[in-house]
Amino acid sequence: MAELSSQLQALEEITATARQAVAEAQDNRALDDVRVEYLGKKGKITAYLKQLGNVSVEDRPVIGKSVNLAKQEVTGLVEQRGKALAEAAMQAALKAETVDVTLPGRNSEVGGLHPVTRTLQRIERYFRNIGFDVAEGPEIEDSHHNFTALNIPETHPARAMHDTFYFDADKLLRTHTSPVQIRVMEENQPPLRLIAPGRVYRCDSDLTHTPMFHQVEGLMVDENISFTDLKGVLSDFLQAFFEKPLKVRFRPSYFPFTEPSAEADIECVICGGEGCRVCSHTGWIEILGCGMVHPNVFEHVNIDSEKYLGFAFGLGVERMAMLRYGVNDLRLFFDNDLRFLSQFK
Amino acid sequence: MKFSEKWLREWVNPELDTAALVEKLTNAGLEVDAVEPVAGDFNGVRVGQVKSVEPHPDADKLRLTRVDVGDAELLEIVCGASNVREGLKVPVAVVGAVLPGEFKIKKAKLRGVPSFGMLCSSKELGLTESADGLMELADEAPVGEDFRVYLGLDDVSIDIDLTPNRSDCLGVAGVAREVGVLTSTDVCQVNCDEVKASSDKTFPVKVSATAACPRYLGRVIENVNPQVETPVWMQEKLRRSGLRSLGPVVDVTNYVMLELGQPMHAFDLDKLNNGISVRLSQGGDKLTLLDGQEIEIQPESLLIADDNGPLALAGIMGGEQSGVTETTHNLFLEAAFFSPDAIAGKARAYGLHTDSSHRFERGVDPALAQQAMQRATALLLDIVGGEAGPVTEVLSDKDLPSTASIHLREDRIKRVLGISLEAAEVSEQLSRLGLALTRVEDGWQVTVPSFRFDLAIEVDLIEELGRLYGYDRLPETRPQGTVLTSNITERLTQLERLQNLLVDRGYFEAVTYSFVEPRLQSLLAEDDLAPIKLANPISADLSVMRTSLWPGLVQALVYNANRQHERVRLFEVGRVFKGDLDNIEQERRIGGLIYGDQDAEQWSEKAREVDFFDAKADVEALLDVTGGDIRFQAETHPALHPGQTARIYKNGEAIGWLGALHPKLQKPLDVNGRVYLFELSLPAVLLAQIPEFTALSKYPAIRRDLALVVDEAITAGQIEDCLSAIDSDILKSFQLFDVYTGDGVELGKKSLAMAFHLQHGERTLKDDEVDALIKTVTDTLEQAVGATIRS
Repeated sequence: MAELSSQLQALEEITATARQAVAEAQDNRALDDVRVEYLGKKGKITAYLKQLGNVSVEDRPVIGKSVNLAKQEVTGLVEQRGKALAEAAMQAALKAETVDVTLPGRNSEVGGLHPVTRTLQRIERYFRNIGFDVAEGPEIEDSHHNFTALNIPETHPARAMHDTFYFDADKLLRTHTSPVQIRVMEENQPPLRLIAPGRVYRCDSDLTHTPMFHQVEGLMVDENISFTDLKGVLSDFLQAFFEKPLKVRFRPSYFPFTEPSAEADIECVICGGEGCRVCSHTGWIEILGCGMVHPNVFEHVNIDSEKYLGFAFGLGVERMAMLRYGVNDLRLFFDNDLRFLSQFK
Repeated sequence: MKFSEKWLREWVNPELDTAALVEKLTNAGLEVDAVEPVAGDFNGVRVGQVKSVEPHPDADKLRLTRVDVGDAELLEIVCGASNVREGLKVPVAVVGAVLPGEFKIKKAKLRGVPSFGMLCSSKELGLTESADGLMELADEAPVGEDFRVYLGLDDVSIDIDLTPNRSDCLGVAGVAREVGVLTSTDVCQVNCDEVKASSDKTFPVKVSATAACPRYLGRVIENVNPQVETPVWMQEKLRRSGLRSLGPVVDVTNYVMLELGQPMHAFDLDKLNNGISVRLSQGGDKLTLLDGQEIEIQPESLLIADDNGPLALAGIMGGEQSGVTETTHNLFLEAAFFSPDAIAGKARAYGLHTDSSHRFERGVDPALAQQAMQRATALLLDIVGGEAGPVTEVLSDKDLPSTASIHLREDRIKRVLGISLEAAEVSEQLSRLGLALTRVEDGWQVTVPSFRFDLAIEVDLIEELGRLYGYDRLPETRPQGTVLTSNITERLTQLERLQNLLVDRGYFEAVTYSFVEPRLQSLLAEDDLAPIKLANPISADLSVMRTSLWPGLVQALVYNANRQHERVRLFEVGRVFKGDLDNIEQERRIGGLIYGDQDAEQWSEKAREVDFFDAKADVEALLDVTGGDIRFQAETHPALHPGQTARIYKNGEAIGWLGALHPKLQKPLDVNGRVYLFELSLPAVLLAQIPEFTALSKYPAIRRDLALVVDEAITAGQIEDCLSAIDSDILKSFQLFDVYTGDGVELGKKSLAMAFHLQHGERTLKDDEVDALIKTVTDTLEQAVGATIRS
């Protein structure tokens, strides 16, 4: 039995050195060396197994079992150590790759749409949603479409009030987007619903006027369109545009191409109707002109004014943008100063 | 139309305070623009009379006065005004008075002489913008009376911005009539009874232009005294309406115009020759107007003339030579109806705009001339005296505007306004406006009075009904009608998509004027065709229509570069204008520029200035949204660098340009550094294709790379063209991934590395068919561009 116990003693010693070697292996390579040293074909434990032939038959199962246990143990330790080393390596790598996440990313800058475009897009989206089409027309117009067909004959005082840019006796820069109404109605019979956004021009330049600005014209023609519908559509639009409940006031006014004509005022969005510099202390801001399409206009485009009725409106885009975003100087819209433009992203 | 509230209240005096009255007017469509006090805020000023004037012992320009302000003792006041004189009545600010601007009057010493108050000018009291010496009061001004009370200065001027259709309110009488209707208040009338002639003196009038002048009234008034002062009450009313006093005769004609709305004119009878002739001009004559300017009379102008030639531009302005002066003794007074068509546009053609032309071109009540003539005669006889002759009237009935008779239908009121009005309300409202109604089966037959010539058709009456009902009382409804769908085709991409693409690539959108400076335009133009010129530009640097978006964009670049922006990316969408006036193209374009570094300044990469391919990438991205057969071809553009310019073709059609700004233009354009510009026809870019699905292959794809050596002159585009022409089912795509010159490549040649992607739709590719295709590729390129394979 002494022989058996010394045999087992020797195995235990090998196993103990193996444990130590595994624990001391600092990388995968050293660990693999340890594995080969003890568990490889010529490894110490393997070699121990090979000399089992010298052991008595009755001792063989005991020693065999012990050797297998030792082999399993060391194999397990190698695996465990391998995982631990891999984990440590991963941790080290992660640590090395840590970045300052507060540094800015590359080329992240986006530009911005001009506030006029931004405003136009909002207006267009609203009216498309309620079934209006978007129409376009030329900016160099003839006096027929800009004036005559809109019931502004040659001698009408309203012509003088338009501060028109002329090219010759007939051709001019459109002074409003209303001629697009005419162009659409010349080509199409009712029912019609459209808006016509675009650039318009007046020969006027001072603190509150630029020689070019933008308007949106609107037109709705059908068999039963009334002034109360006009009030409803525009009032809904103004609430939607400013995204708040606003008082809207309609006042009688005059445009040659509509009758009855009105101007719509909204409760001042700056002071909430209390009175401030923006609303000239009236609490109201004039926001658009509108009215029922004048029978003479229908006559110019061969639409039966007995059968059809319609309303039209025109609003100034810069004014809407100024009120929406609090811009206090109209001229900023056309300076194209990046300090201004970059505020609209 | 500007007038004093007190004057209006002499006519109609509703129980409303100023604010409520103003709101009433605004809500009825007579928009009140301004309400301003008629005098500054002051107190302690009395009517005084200068009793004596003596020189100041120590100052040449000062005088010592003794002034009666109604107290027991005279006040000693030192005064520097040149018009101070004994007997003069003036406003006197006594010690304790406060003048506008919180200016307190205290006892003071002026050059050693004590002074107990101040003699005032109209400016110092906030009555006028400027003043020439002391304000001289009428002889009958009551000494001692509070000056505010004396002139009724607790009053405001109301300025109404009248719409062109409401010329009936261009007189206080008309505004009063409107207020009467709006407030159901009685309106007074002034006395316009006939003033009987006290002489039989007349002056002949002949009207040949009867269409332009259907009614002309003339009257002679002899032996007037034009040197008297206009009464204070009249001067004050004129002043509160924004008119200066110009002597009693002119003041009366102006007063009648403001009161009744009828412009009038007074001639010096002794300067007229053989009768008045109202006629159209042939042109060529000259006339010096009342304002001193000499005009050349255009043909077809309506003239008041005599045997010697033109005297006045009818309804616009009188002539200087025949005008009333301080030496006039005999007057010829005119009150006429000139038709709007004869006056409209005429004043403007002479660069004139007068109170008279403003009224006549909008329309004056054709029945008003008679009343105005009587009213003016009565006032004149009162003020300047004299003997009036009988009124001469030349009338062409057929040329007078006819009074409208309008059929108003009940159901039409409902259709237009959206609500039904009670029949009783309709007739009550319209009657209050002075209209005569007769009930007919489906509504009313309405006769309009001459002063409301703006009411001519049914909808005019419906508007009046809506206005008087109150727009605010009308409900808001939602339209009922045909459901329409917005018409959006997939064949056109929405502009928004392109704008967003550029914004996402770092561009800001600019909006620049459509008219530009001719020099800038010609520097950047594609051709030397003349741009379309404005006849009346606002300034020389905004005088021609742009033929490209680049002038505006370059200007915006310079503006920003001058404000320390070192990196600029801008784009614009807008029309450009080409051709001539008979044939104008107004194409919409999208254009942009980049300048400075490609990336915003940052910590991780080396800064790199933009180049051609940065701009090209943005253009390619724009074009990739809608696809099509896109080609970039080296061509030349006068504004662009000859070696860095591409013309862009889509489906064979030239649609735009891309390139570096020509270095020679940097200095004249005031640009430092490279600028890359692009511009594309917007309709062409928006034109989209509807995607067409092709089945995805289940079989493996193969990539083969080739290094091709070609002459340096051979372009990537040429190689692409050759390869695209190869007819093969398995060559799916190819791409260039390297361009190399230098070691290992012969001088004058370059090596292009290309990848070819091959795949078959129904089976795995065989080696021999791959080899065969690659041979076709190399053979084709060898033949077409002399390419050799680099080993």
